[in-house]
Amino acid sequence: MEIIISILAGILVATGVYNLLQKQLLRIVIGTVLLSHGAHLFILTMGKLKRGQPPILEEGIVQYTDPLPQALILTSIVISFGITSLLLVLAYRTANENETDNMEQLRGKTNE
Amino acid sequence: MSNLAVLPIIIPLLSGIIVAFFAKNVKVSRVLAALFTIINALVAVYLTSVVFTDGTVILETGDWVAPFGIVLVADPLAAVLVMTTNIIALASVFYAPFALTVKKEQHYFYAFYFFLISGVSGAFLTGDLFNLFVFFEVLLMASYALIVLGGEKVQLRESIKYVLINLFSSILFVTAIAFLYGVVGTVNMAQIAERVQEVEQTGILTTIGILLFFVFATKAALFPLFYWLPKSYIVPNPVVSALFGALLTKVGIYSILRVFSLIFVYKISLTHEIFIWIAALSMIFGVIGALSTNNVKLIIAYNIIPAIGFIMMGIGMFNEPALSGSIYYLIHDMLIKTALFFIVGAIVYVAGTSDLKKMGGLIHHYPVLGWLLFVSAFVLAGIPPFSGFIGKLLLLEGALENDKIIIVIIALLTSLLILYSIIKIFVNGFWGEQRHIEPTEKKPLAGFLVPVAFLLSFSILLGVGAEYIYPSIESISTYLLNPELYIDSVLKE
Repeated sequence: MEIIISILAGILVATGVYNLLQKQLLRIVIGTVLLSHGAHLFILTMGKLKRGQPPILEEGIVQYTDPLPQALILTSIVISFGITSLLLVLAYRTANENETDNMEQLRGKTNE
Repeated sequence: MSNLAVLPIIIPLLSGIIVAFFAKNVKVSRVLAALFTIINALVAVYLTSVVFTDGTVILETGDWVAPFGIVLVADPLAAVLVMTTNIIALASVFYAPFALTVKKEQHYFYAFYFFLISGVSGAFLTGDLFNLFVFFEVLLMASYALIVLGGEKVQLRESIKYVLINLFSSILFVTAIAFLYGVVGTVNMAQIAERVQEVEQTGILTTIGILLFFVFATKAALFPLFYWLPKSYIVPNPVVSALFGALLTKVGIYSILRVFSLIFVYKISLTHEIFIWIAALSMIFGVIGALSTNNVKLIIAYNIIPAIGFIMMGIGMFNEPALSGSIYYLIHDMLIKTALFFIVGAIVYVAGTSDLKKMGGLIHHYPVLGWLLFVSAFVLAGIPPFSGFIGKLLLLEGALENDKIIIVIIALLTSLLILYSIIKIFVNGFWGEQRHIEPTEKKPLAGFLVPVAFLLSFSILLGVGAEYIYPSIESISTYLLNPELYIDSVLKE
C-alpha cells in the first residue's frame, strides 16, 4: 500500500514540476497545487498507512495509528490553501497590470 | 518552564491584530505601532538578560512534556537574534512614516510588519522542526503581502517570482521533514539530534540533511540559489527592503546554523566541506553582481549575498573562533544591512532616481547623509574598529586554524570589493557637480537619518565594545559546539 501511494505522490510531484515550468501563469499556479498535494500524500505515507487502529498508545494496545502525520498534513493543507488563494489573486493582478500572462514577457530591466 | 519564551511571538501577533483595526487612521496606528514595538523590544532585552544569567528558557506549550508537545527554546543564540530583530524593528517603525505614503500605511503596512516580526521571532525560538516550517510560512505570508504593497506593475511582476520560489522551497521543506520523520520518528529538534547521534548519522540521514540544506540555502540566497533575490528585493519600499534584507535571509542562515550544529554534525568532512566552497562562490558571485550595476538599490541587494557567504564560511569551518565569527557577523550584518537600505531609500528620495549615472553632488545639500553612508561602507567592509572587522577577524582566525588559505584570500578580496561597491555610491552620488534632476531646494531628511544613526550606533558599539560583548558570543559558540547542552536542556535527562 505504501509503495502505491509513494508512486502516486511521485506522479503528482512530476506533473507539478512539469506545470511549474510552463510559461502560462495559471498553469504555474496549478503546478504548485499539484506539488503540495504530492508532498501531503508523502507525509501521510511516512506515518505508515494503517486502518482500524486507535490513534493512541495505551496499556494493552500494541498496534496503533500514528496521529502526528495527520496533524502535520492538516497544518500544511491550511497553509497551502492560503498561499494558493493569494497566488491566484496575485497572478490575476499581474496578468491584468502587465497585460500578459506569459512568463517569458515578464522579464525585468535593471533601472526602473 | 516560563511563559517568557512565547512573549516575543505573541506580543507582535496581538499588536498586528490590534493595529489592523486602526489601519485607516494613520496617526493612531503610527503611535500604537511604535508603542507595541517598544514594549516588544523591552521584553526581548529582558528575555536575553534572563537567558544569559539563568540559562536557556524553555516553554512546553500546553504542559505537554518535551518530545510530545511543541517546545519553544530560548537559548542564548535565539535570544540574541530575537533582540537584534527587535532593534531593527524599532528602527523600522520610526523610519516607516517617512518612507511610506499614507495610502500604503493605510493598507495594513503595520499589521503585516508585526506579523513578519512575529514569524521571525518564532522561527528563532522554536524547538520543533515542523513548527519552524510553520513560522517560516507566517513570515513568508507577511512578506508576500509587504512585497506587493502598492501594487505597481514591476512589483507585481517580481513578487510572483518571489512567491513561487519560496512556495517551491517550502514544499521541499515539508517533504524533507516527512523524510526525516519517516527515518527518526520525531520532529522535536532535540530528540532528532539525540536519535541521529545514536545511529551516528547513517547515509540516509546525511542525504536528508543536504535536502534540508537545499531548502534553507534557497531561503538564505546562497550560491547557486540566489538568483531570485536581487530583483525582488529592490521593488518594494525601502523600509520593506530593509526588513527583508535584514531578517528573511538571516532566518534561512540561522536555520542552517541550528540544524548543522545540532543535528547533522557527525559527517563534517563531507557536509561542512561543501559549505566552505558554497560560501566562497557566494562571496565571489555576490560581489560581482554588486559591481556590475549602477542601480544603488541593486548594489545593496547584491551585497546581501557575500554577507551570507561570510556567515556560511564560519559554519563550514565549524570550530570555536569561526562560529563566534559567524554569530558576530550575523548580528553585525542584520544591523548594517538595515542601515544601508535606509540610507539608499533616503538617497533615492532626495535624488529622485536610483541610477548612479543620473545623480551627483548630493553632499552639498545632504552632508549628514553622505557621511553616514561613508561610515556604513566602512562598517560593512570591516575596517577597524567597526563591527565588521571583529567578525571577519574571528572568521579568518577560524579558517587559518583549519588551514584553508584559499578561502582566506577570497574573503579578503571580497571585503575589498564590497568596500569599493559602496564607496562607488559615495563617489558618484555625493561628489562632483550637482546633477540630480530634482529642484535644488532642500528636502527635510531628519526623519530618515535618526533611525540610521540609531542602527549605526549599535554597529559601532559592537565594534568598539567588542571586549565586553565577545565573551557572550564565545559562550554561544561553545554552546553550539556541544549539542548535548541543547538536548539536555530540552529533554531534561
